Amino acid sequence: MIDVLLIVFIITLLYVSIANRIITYVKVLALQGFILFGVTFLQLQEINTLNLVLILLETIVFKAIAVPLFLDHLIKRNNITREAEPYIPNFLSLVITTIIIVVTILLANSVKDDNLDKIFFIVALSTLFTGLYFIASRKKIITHVMGYLIIENGVFVLSLAVGNEMPMLVNLGIMLDIFASVLILGIFLNKIGDVFKDVDVNQLSNLKDY
Amino acid sequence: MTGIYLTGGILIAGLLFANRNVIINNALIILFGLLQTVFTIYQCSNYRGTDLEYFTSDSLGLLFLITLTVVSLPALMHSYLYIKRSPETSHHSRSIYFAALVLLITSISAAYLANHIAVVWIFTELTTLSASALIYHHRNKLALEGTWKYVFICAISITFVFIGILFLSLSLQGTGSEDLSYSNLMAKSDQLNPFWLRLAFLFIFTGFTAKLGLVPMYTAGVDAKDKAPAPAGALLSSALMNMGFIGIFRFYMVIAHTPLHHWANIVIFVSAILSIFVATVYMTKVINIKRMFAYSSIEHMGLVMLGVAAGGIGYYAAILHLVLHALVKSSMFFQFNQLYNVFQSKSVAYVGNYFKYNSTGAIVLLIAFISATAMPPSGLFVSEFLIFRALFEGQYIFVLLLVLLLLTIIIWAFAKNIFKILFTPVEGFDDSNVPKINPWESLTQYVLLFAAVWLGLNPPEIFVDLIRESVILLQI
Repeated sequence: MIDVLLIVFIITLLYVSIANRIITYVKVLALQGFILFGVTFLQLQEINTLNLVLILLETIVFKAIAVPLFLDHLIKRNNITREAEPYIPNFLSLVITTIIIVVTILLANSVKDDNLDKIFFIVALSTLFTGLYFIASRKKIITHVMGYLIIENGVFVLSLAVGNEMPMLVNLGIMLDIFASVLILGIFLNKIGDVFKDVDVNQLSNLKDY
Repeated sequence: MTGIYLTGGILIAGLLFANRNVIINNALIILFGLLQTVFTIYQCSNYRGTDLEYFTSDSLGLLFLITLTVVSLPALMHSYLYIKRSPETSHHSRSIYFAALVLLITSISAAYLANHIAVVWIFTELTTLSASALIYHHRNKLALEGTWKYVFICAISITFVFIGILFLSLSLQGTGSEDLSYSNLMAKSDQLNPFWLRLAFLFIFTGFTAKLGLVPMYTAGVDAKDKAPAPAGALLSSALMNMGFIGIFRFYMVIAHTPLHHWANIVIFVSAILSIFVATVYMTKVINIKRMFAYSSIEHMGLVMLGVAAGGIGYYAAILHLVLHALVKSSMFFQFNQLYNVFQSKSVAYVGNYFKYNSTGAIVLLIAFISATAMPPSGLFVSEFLIFRALFEGQYIFVLLLVLLLLTIIIWAFAKNIFKILFTPVEGFDDSNVPKINPWESLTQYVLLFAAVWLGLNPPEIFVDLIRESVILLQI
């Protein structure tokens, strides 16, 4: 069952790579939150109940509900246009994402370590690199933020792989999630949207030597 | 005591944030300065003691903590002067500025002393938060851009470090232990799984380069030092960089006891040489004075990491270089505000003939330049010379030649700009309303620069012992 969920997670990445509209990204992020909820529930059976409940709450409340709602609010408030505006055509994006996934699978197969659940490793690394790729290939600042949130989800998957032995690391990962998302989204909500009306990274190139 | 210090620091930051009264604000700043001093003295007396389980006052941490305290007291003073002189500062932004400064100093101190990799990571997060508030101090469009870039790149770097920690825990799984403290990692270093350890090193190294200021993540730091007020910039380019170094170096000490040592050195070499190269390219073109200082810091961090990678005497030289660089670079940044007050510009093109308007400050700038380019009698000359010796003894002749060539270009570019600032008059500069600068405000800079010369040329025995002690685990 965990495997099925994680494979669905990978498919969401492929879906994002060909998505045209920003709102699709938000929906996918919410879906990823729910998937992570399921994976956490099935995977972390060995840790104590209170901690498990906290982690589950984080995935469902924070990742699946609060952040997507907040992003939706941001998009409406700042009148961000609906197009995702990639630099690279969608078909090429799909190919690149596929290549990333294939390469991580090959990499994971070269690992000889019985302690490791390979599928966690594959999902986590391919999410990480796909997220970086999204950041590099999209124009809008809000899509950069979403790329970062996707990376965080990938890191969360990786922390689940060692979660039963070291629950502390999962908690740290949650701290990272909340801290960084609040910081980044907070700046975005308060300032960037107001100051830079049409939010596009090309406008963030004034800071240079002068 | 560490508990009291952390609570006290956070409490003072909170009070500074909530308070709007100028007198209480100043009292709180003085109180924090006292707290920081007392804490440092306590840690000196508590050498090798452990507080709260996660904070050990070992020699490396102690050395950097003392450096931080020496730099932070003038930083608080110059911040006070800076805020007092900028009339547009509201009570609100003043309280945010000081709260963020106090939080930054507290979290850097804690990160120095932490003996557990996850604790270092937590305090690194806190420095990102407080530094971003400092960068955003002026609340204009460019400051916002700088803050956004800094926060975004630091967020990605922090995530990288976290991934590295996860890989490290995977690498530790075969050993039957789950403790991620440095001493345990060191004890188990021969049983760590090399594949995971390799990945862990790559991610942790890349992540901490954002704070240390090396290729690939150096960009955010340069913008940050440019946009943050100069007294805060002084901390960002001295103490915060040392924190990035401690994050990498403590883990490097573990790697040095594994078969991956040589491989890790190659990674560091590549990053360090690229950093010096990037610094050279920008130094030749830069006209913004603060960015020039920031690129010079990148060059010095590249040299430090070369020393680490070369090994032997290089370890000693690297740590000496970091301490001296922190003193010199912070005094440069402290001096910057006086310069700005005279010319109202930070572009080299509109600044010149500084000796005529403020000779005390101009001499500071001259001495700082001599120190930063490591010409004798500067203390950095000694450490840089030792780094070159380490490279020579390690038979990295081509690296040495390349670096010497790049450094020559840097010295030329740096000198060209500094002499323009000091001697060449600017055409059309109206000097009728140049303010009188009180020479006593340069006193702290003289003290810091003199300390750098003294520590380099005639280091007290206890200082040498501390550095030796810090790298003793690397003498394999």
